[in-house]
Amino acid sequence: MSFLSTEQIEALEDLGQHIASALADEVRETRVAFEELMVTVNRHDIVRVLTFLRDDPNCMFVQLVDVCGVDWPERDDRFEVVYNLLSLKHNQRVRVKLFASEDTPVPSVVEVFKAANWFEREVWDMYGVFFSGHPDLRRILTDYGFEGHPLRKDFPLTGTMELRYDDAQARCVYEPVRLTQDFRNFDFMSPWEGALDPGVAAASQALPGDEKATG
Amino acid sequence: MAQTEIKSYNLNFGPQHPAAHGVLRLILELSGEVVDRADPHIGLLHRGTEKLIEYKTYVQALPYFDRLDYACPLNMEHAYVLAVEKLLGIEVPRRGKYIRTLYSEITRIINHIMNTTSFALDVGAMTPMLWGWEEREHLLEFCERVSGARMHMAYYRPGGVAKDMPVGLAEDIYAWCDRFEKFLVDMETLLDENRIFRQRTVDIGIVTQEDALNWGFTGPVLRASGLAWDLRKSQPYDAFEEMDFDIPIGKTCDVYARYLVRMEEMRQSMRIMRQCIEKMPDGPVKVEDNKVVPPSRPEMKRSMEALIHHFKLYTEGFKVPPGETYTAVEAATGEFGVYLVSDGTNRPYRCKIRSPGFAHLQGLDLLSKGHMLADIPANIGSIDVVFGEIDR
Repeated sequence: MSFLSTEQIEALEDLGQHIASALADEVRETRVAFEELMVTVNRHDIVRVLTFLRDDPNCMFVQLVDVCGVDWPERDDRFEVVYNLLSLKHNQRVRVKLFASEDTPVPSVVEVFKAANWFEREVWDMYGVFFSGHPDLRRILTDYGFEGHPLRKDFPLTGTMELRYDDAQARCVYEPVRLTQDFRNFDFMSPWEGALDPGVAAASQALPGDEKATG
Repeated sequence: MAQTEIKSYNLNFGPQHPAAHGVLRLILELSGEVVDRADPHIGLLHRGTEKLIEYKTYVQALPYFDRLDYACPLNMEHAYVLAVEKLLGIEVPRRGKYIRTLYSEITRIINHIMNTTSFALDVGAMTPMLWGWEEREHLLEFCERVSGARMHMAYYRPGGVAKDMPVGLAEDIYAWCDRFEKFLVDMETLLDENRIFRQRTVDIGIVTQEDALNWGFTGPVLRASGLAWDLRKSQPYDAFEEMDFDIPIGKTCDVYARYLVRMEEMRQSMRIMRQCIEKMPDGPVKVEDNKVVPPSRPEMKRSMEALIHHFKLYTEGFKVPPGETYTAVEAATGEFGVYLVSDGTNRPYRCKIRSPGFAHLQGLDLLSKGHMLADIPANIGSIDVVFGEIDR
């Protein structure tokens, strides 16, 4: 289904080229996919990029709608930090993306957008991405004294600690999580759906899921 | 006369406080009765929704959205199903679009009644709540008739809605609109010119346009600062393009303006509801592709193929092509967005929920600085915070 007209998509592509040419050193890639413009930038240039996007007359992205993290554990820089911006003047959206790891700090953009304050705190809380220059980088959603970063892919869904009220001690106590049933995570990889390439002999192709039989 | 120095002190507001609209813990630094700094501590209702969604199929993840902003559940679902549909590249039939538009306006009124009346209660007016919740109950009944549940409806599905509307429901909704008009007039008579209400709201919590944009405010709060920005108009989704309605804006940027904007928005929502019912087309309410939408139950009992589809969809679910999208809707509280990342499997790789209340609550410090302690409940009520969506 489509939200945008052809002219609007062309306008987004033009905007992408404009950003790429104006910020040639900072921008790694611009791409329009699913009718949305995505700009990948170098980590240390994020403040300059967002300032440009906010102030440039062709951009005017005056509102920072959202900042969030995504975890890809198999990558070298495992975290993506994604900034979604909105231009009310041109009625356009842009997504700015950068890569970071546990020990590479990302410059904070609180100076550019006030709204970034809590959003960056949330990314820090959930993923452990450090924002340098943030005025008040505390945890925000998790409990006081919480350990770990829950939205990382290697953090268990059930968590590690549980809290309950203990009648005997007349206070709340923390205990390690105990499950009466093992956590079940089903595998839905199916070898039957379009896995085989018709041009290649079936015997020479490995089916997805074959490794389960041996390993 | 010897001068006494007033010592500033901290006050814990909440987490169990009737005017905090949920579980908000607010650390207030006061000098005398004037607020120097408000530091909201949130997360007391954090349930890890985003993490849970990563472990569910796309349809299983849907009911979590009702439980975010439980005051306007269908708006949240709307953002999610639009995001999934965008990645799947499917187009919803027209009747499905109209029903979704109709019901997102119904939930908008549900939310606005709850917000304006409980806000009036916070500043001392009790009657609007007693009257308003009766009207709200009628709307919840319409929700129950269409989906079987008053609040957590899980009615929107990727590809349309779960079921068609029962016979006679549209007429009842239409008749209700006429009655509701009268209620709005009554409520305005109680509040608009009320001296106490105006003393508590006028010139409280002023936000300029620049501040509102910089702090990420959206929805009625942004419109009360004089900016005619509404995603239903500027980036229309479903049937909003075909609807005729106005965007109310406030002039004074204060708590009172936000109340007025919400009152007028209810009238506009009613206009949209009437148009939806008048123009409601016939036809299917969801796409007829059984790779995404399960077949009907009678069909499932008779056809082997339908049975297989039914079984596969309710165990494995459908797979969504790899990609990412940020899709936003105009929820009752503001811009509610879903940033959905798919890796091509049957479960979302990442689903970030952008809730308007999160940004609004962050600005509470800006709203409250220099005001009296008693203005805090008025400010909290006017930004319409619901902790289900803030803490997620």
